Amino acid sequence: MLGNILQYGFIVRGLEAGIVVALIAPLIGIFLVLRRYSLIADTLAHVSLAGVAIGLLCGINPVLTALATAVAASFGIERLRASKRVYGESALALFLSGSLALAIVILSIGHGFNANLFNYLFGSIVTVTSGDVQTITVLALAVIAILGMFYKQLVFVTFDEEAAKVSGIPTRLVNVVLIVLAAFTVSLAIPIVGALLIAALIVIPVVTALLCKKSFVKTVMYAEAFSFFSVVSGIITSFYLNISTGGAIVLIMLAVFMAVSIVKR
Amino acid sequence: MQRVDHTKNVISVEAISFSYDGERDVLEDITLDVHQGDYIGLVGPNGAGKTTLLKVMINLLVPRSGTVKLFGQDIRDFKDWQKIGYVPQKAVRFDANFPATVSEVVLMGRTSGKGFFQRTTDADTEAVGNALEKVGMLGYGERLIGDLSGGQQQRVFIARALVNDPEVVFLDEPTTGVDKKTQDGFYALLQKLNREFGLTIVLVSHDIRRLTREVMHIACVDRTLTCHSSPEEYLSESEAVCVNGKDVKLITHHHRE
Repeated sequence: MLGNILQYGFIVRGLEAGIVVALIAPLIGIFLVLRRYSLIADTLAHVSLAGVAIGLLCGINPVLTALATAVAASFGIERLRASKRVYGESALALFLSGSLALAIVILSIGHGFNANLFNYLFGSIVTVTSGDVQTITVLALAVIAILGMFYKQLVFVTFDEEAAKVSGIPTRLVNVVLIVLAAFTVSLAIPIVGALLIAALIVIPVVTALLCKKSFVKTVMYAEAFSFFSVVSGIITSFYLNISTGGAIVLIMLAVFMAVSIVKR
Repeated sequence: MQRVDHTKNVISVEAISFSYDGERDVLEDITLDVHQGDYIGLVGPNGAGKTTLLKVMINLLVPRSGTVKLFGQDIRDFKDWQKIGYVPQKAVRFDANFPATVSEVVLMGRTSGKGFFQRTTDADTEAVGNALEKVGMLGYGERLIGDLSGGQQQRVFIARALVNDPEVVFLDEPTTGVDKKTQDGFYALLQKLNREFGLTIVLVSHDIRRLTREVMHIACVDRTLTCHSSPEEYLSESEAVCVNGKDVKLITHHHRE
């Protein structure tokens, strides 16, 4: 059966890109969730959408413009939050609604690409090109490399920022690294699950793994397993039932979450 | 640990003033030396600035004026943070759902301020074991931190502070919310670390009565340094001289046991 489905080039590309995203998202998600930064993923997704709109308008690869705007916004969010002039969530709300407004305005200027933008809103594996797979893989490798560089520092800062600072860890830098990595992850995942659902990919597998009450390392591995399973089965299901890929993935993730929470109660 | 030299300055606080809002000074003109092997208790009423002073001593807060030196070096240039151990106040109030084992928590203390791609080495694993042994928590390494009792968690945080064999350890209100029996064990542990290992200890607490039985020096903070003496001198002086805040009397705690 799987051999059958794999003769379609777009499904293979979708699975390749999907698996890359599935493996990256929980690695960033674990830090965002534990630091109560879950909403940052959603905010950056909306910011990326504005980037996608810019890319479509100017005829540049939308993944790259999404990445550029998300990274720029992540610096802005972190600065606004660190300045303490507005509350953390309010800073996120400003960026979320502001970038969505920008996306809609750009959309109304160049009203030729509405259908295309739709794919970035909800995700589509049909539109994934082999160029996309390459871009996503390169970005994912960059995320993994930077994550490896700062892994221990990130764990310490996430658990106890003050004590980490007293150990001489540059906590400001580590915070910026985390949010920039989140921006990378969000923008590389958008073509697959779409801007509206990417936060789910980053958050749900981690929250599910946290229910299992394991060590940090094992929690990451459980989240990876939940994410991998949901993305692969979501893509295959969406192919056979002819339904939205992003929606199928997130619904399967939620089903896994509910199953685990019942078993672990 | 090398021989303890009680004349050697570990921490020099010179004419520190600190303000959160730039208008009202929380600390004013505080000068205080801590020598090697000292066991000093910072006491004072609520809101008197004792935790603020502790945070200034470890560069978590930057004073408005004055200087802090650690091991003779200006704190702004200080790099030897592995000589410092810190048990934050909120350590006892951390996220109990955080997915980390006791070993993982103590291992965090081995994270260096510098260096990319840091990996856990055999030396790290050995240091974690030694630190857990010192606090009597060997054998709990694989337990989840959130599953332990408050007193056990506190020992784990002390182990994390000890994991780099520091020369001085700072503890902020470590006995908050811990029952009497656990407190006894905790103070016995600090005595052992101070006497046997020559560890310099700076402890913030509001429990003055208890501290006078434990520490070598009492420093009373109420915006200024109102006194700095041995516990005996402190007790013989009129209390009003040292602590004029009305919310601090000699406090005894009746926690459930």
